[in-house]
Amino acid sequence: MKRKNLLERFREWDEDRFDLTAMTAGELHRKEPVKVQKSPIPDRPVERLAEGETRAFRRIFPVLAAVLGVVMITFLLMTVVDLPPFGAADVPSDNEVVRRYVADGMRETGAVNVVAGVILDYRAFDTLGESHVLYTALTAVLILLLSAGEPSAKKDVGSELLHRDGIVTMTASVLVPIVILFGVYIILNGHLGPGGGFSGGAVIGAGLILYAIAFGSSRMERILNLRSFRVICLVALCFYSLSKCYSFFCGANGLHTVFSPGVPGRILSAGLILPLNIAVGTVVACTMYGLYSLFQRGRI
Amino acid sequence: MEYFELLLLGLLVICGISTCLTKNLLASIVIFMAYSLIMSILWALLKAPDLAVTEAAVGAGISSVLLFITLKKLRDIRRKEQDETKKPS
Repeated sequence: MKRKNLLERFREWDEDRFDLTAMTAGELHRKEPVKVQKSPIPDRPVERLAEGETRAFRRIFPVLAAVLGVVMITFLLMTVVDLPPFGAADVPSDNEVVRRYVADGMRETGAVNVVAGVILDYRAFDTLGESHVLYTALTAVLILLLSAGEPSAKKDVGSELLHRDGIVTMTASVLVPIVILFGVYIILNGHLGPGGGFSGGAVIGAGLILYAIAFGSSRMERILNLRSFRVICLVALCFYSLSKCYSFFCGANGLHTVFSPGVPGRILSAGLILPLNIAVGTVVACTMYGLYSLFQRGRI
Repeated sequence: MEYFELLLLGLLVICGISTCLTKNLLASIVIFMAYSLIMSILWALLKAPDLAVTEAAVGAGISSVLLFITLKKLRDIRRKEQDETKKPS
């Protein structure tokens, strides 16, 4: 009896507050007001018991969480103690793969930055998957959030208000070009120094977000709306996939490819790595800005 | 240099714990931002500049912005609910 009552109360609470179907249909604000405060003090003894149970659960919960945390920390620290010392000669990760990468990486891929050579040449398949995962995640967010917000009735009040703020506008007008230029530098310099498509794209995305915060998303929409966003991402991902298919096919069959490693150290070298960095960078930058825009206004 | 690293590691632990224990969500996000920043300095000291750049851009920049926006939206929803419950009475 008591348990059933508790379950029913939970279901009621669940349906009243977190009605998921209504939320996705954008009807959260149109719902009738929830009258929770019908009887502030529960008069029936069963209800009082249920209230006490929730309170007890709330008290136990931090204790259980702390116990779980301590157990996890203990296991992880035990693993750390078991690891071989840093830089020891007989670590299992020091095998022929790493030696090959370090010794022949620059000759085979043409990239001075061995990390870029590994990511975009030896293991380019993984990076391709990562770009697709990022784009798929954004598409899922798009499906969830685009239907929730009403398409154009809602003005973005926040950025309109901030638009008048002189400090933000002034700072952004100085910082945004530098930030975006730095991101472009990171992308273009990915095969020569630290950096690459993902980090550079994230920096550019941060610059775009700053611009949108300072000058309003409507100005940003002139450059990057849903249509151009789709086209950019599609072209970049297709270019990545097709060029890597070509290079995988040629490499596996021992054929000659038009992409040569070139002279290591030059900006136009390292074969496919520079174009792939640019493709990954554009996808990441667009995705980062798209996430911000979807969270902020429910559309791109 | 070693003392500097130890100092940063200590700050990292403090930031990590206080992110969980802070009651104010806004302060929690700001502390999380500081955590990411310290982590990016540590990546640079561990000779992983790639990761340092990415951590600074994603961890301290974009994810914090997304969390801030989410917090703002939550407050808007809560305020709307309060208004709706107040109106009939």
